[in-house]
Amino acid sequence: MDFIPTFDLHTFITAPWSDGLSGSIWILVMGFLVNAACGLVGNFLILRRMALVGDAISHSLLPGIAVVFLISNSRSTGLMVTGALAAGLASVWLIEFIHKKTRVKQDAALGVTFTTFFAIGVILISVFADQVDLDLECVLYGEIGWIGFEDSWLVMGTEVPIPLLQMGVTFLVVLALVIVFYKELLVTSFDSGLATSLGIPASWIHYGLMMMLSLVIVFSFESVGAILVIAMLIMPGATGALLSDRLPHILTLSVIFGGFYSLAGIHLAEWLNCSIAGAMVVSGFGLFCLIWIASPRRGLLVLSLKRLKQRSSEVSVN
Amino acid sequence: MSPEIPLPLEIHDLTVAYHKKPVLYGIDLEVPAGQLVGIVGPNGAGKSTLIKTIMGMIPPSSGWVKIFGKPYRKNAKRVGYVPQRESVDWDFPVNVMDVVLMGRFGHLGLLRRPGKKDKEIAMACLEKVNMAPYAQRQISNLSGGQQQRVFLARALAQESDLYFLDEPFAGVDAATESAIISILMELRERGKTLMVVHHDLTTAKEYFDMLLLLNMRKIDFGPTEDVYTYDKLQTTYGGRLTILSEVADTRQKQSDELPLEK
Repeated sequence: MDFIPTFDLHTFITAPWSDGLSGSIWILVMGFLVNAACGLVGNFLILRRMALVGDAISHSLLPGIAVVFLISNSRSTGLMVTGALAAGLASVWLIEFIHKKTRVKQDAALGVTFTTFFAIGVILISVFADQVDLDLECVLYGEIGWIGFEDSWLVMGTEVPIPLLQMGVTFLVVLALVIVFYKELLVTSFDSGLATSLGIPASWIHYGLMMMLSLVIVFSFESVGAILVIAMLIMPGATGALLSDRLPHILTLSVIFGGFYSLAGIHLAEWLNCSIAGAMVVSGFGLFCLIWIASPRRGLLVLSLKRLKQRSSEVSVN
Repeated sequence: MSPEIPLPLEIHDLTVAYHKKPVLYGIDLEVPAGQLVGIVGPNGAGKSTLIKTIMGMIPPSSGWVKIFGKPYRKNAKRVGYVPQRESVDWDFPVNVMDVVLMGRFGHLGLLRRPGKKDKEIAMACLEKVNMAPYAQRQISNLSGGQQQRVFLARALAQESDLYFLDEPFAGVDAATESAIISILMELRERGKTLMVVHHDLTTAKEYFDMLLLLNMRKIDFGPTEDVYTYDKLQTTYGGRLTILSEVADTRQKQSDELPLEK
């Protein structure tokens, strides 16, 4: 069988770390930072029943990036982030606007908006193909292994790749914002009516969260692409909710899962010789299934054991 | 009342529209302090819309609201709120204590989290509604009555002077209903003002000091004994009241007949 390479446990475990060790370490850290930052923001999307807004924003960023490219003809990070943030917020605003001004429901408004934004991005890139040096494949799928690890800064005696520094700062900013605004995020997600009555500006928190989401997505873009980033946003929180029903625990679990996805993804990609980002998502789903089956509180195993016990006790009573 | 002490709630010419369709027309209201007020009217009369507009959740098309003489935002801390139970997701990953602590958020500034004192207040409020043993319970494992008690405890933790309650008796057991009403009456004794959206006309008469009859417009507002008349209720409910009064009549007959049978 050529389709699936032979599985050799020894190479599976050791290969990523035997040659090009530092490369693998940077990919591992980068993957962790992307997954953890996405997971933290994504939890609040899940709680607000906005899981697919991440989808919408990630696709809407494309025209923003393309326009910035056309105007400035540069890849400067500051401009890219500005363009992406503007496009992300514009799409969020347009979704709300369509929803409020017409009878179109929110999910349909979302479907109309993000596909249009994405299409505009595709048109821009194909019309100005000679001027826009953007690889659509990279935009869609990303490739964490190809990130420009050559450019680096010296941080405390170690050469750290610049994309990694950017993602590290993004993760720390997200972590700080979630900690500082935890109570506002909590109450606006649980009961926006109460939040407004308390004088907490629910719409500011909403747009703040959307900005944070756009920021995280734009920096995760190169690593995991516009489509797989949605998995990084939603999977950690969805998996965490299988294990715990306290939000602080679920948030912590999401960050830990981020590390696991990264590590498992690297090994799976080494074995199958495939995209690392794709391998991370698939390992994430593997973990999801494992916890779904084996979770000590509501796992399938525990539930069926309980049902068996119940049935046997019913039989003994009879 | 002396002019220096502002009314808890003053509304002038309040009109609210959804998609350009008015749902509330020109509401004028002056609610004195220390009253337990029932807001009564048929479905779609705009009862919830009224209290949501007062609290700034829905922007009015015209008119203004004053809370203790100031715009809502300035006095948000003095207002407590019990939303409809179905308005939140009870599978949300928080426990009872977390929910009650949300009532303290209005008193905490930005960057501050609930401290020991807030937790003590929240616990005391849970004790008041007999829910203290459930403090660490995940909220999805609560009955309807328990959920309503948790919401009431959260409102108590807000330590406000004016309360809005949206159908606090909907779908709760009799024990919870009597527990809630006795807490509301106790709050009134302490000079608080309470506005309660209420569905059941028969209990409205015994529970409330004052009634606001609402059906898109203010039909009437005043002491219960003046407002609770057949004509005014008929105006509020339109033709539908006949069904209600028939129910009331048969219930009356049944209770009249019972002693005779003995």
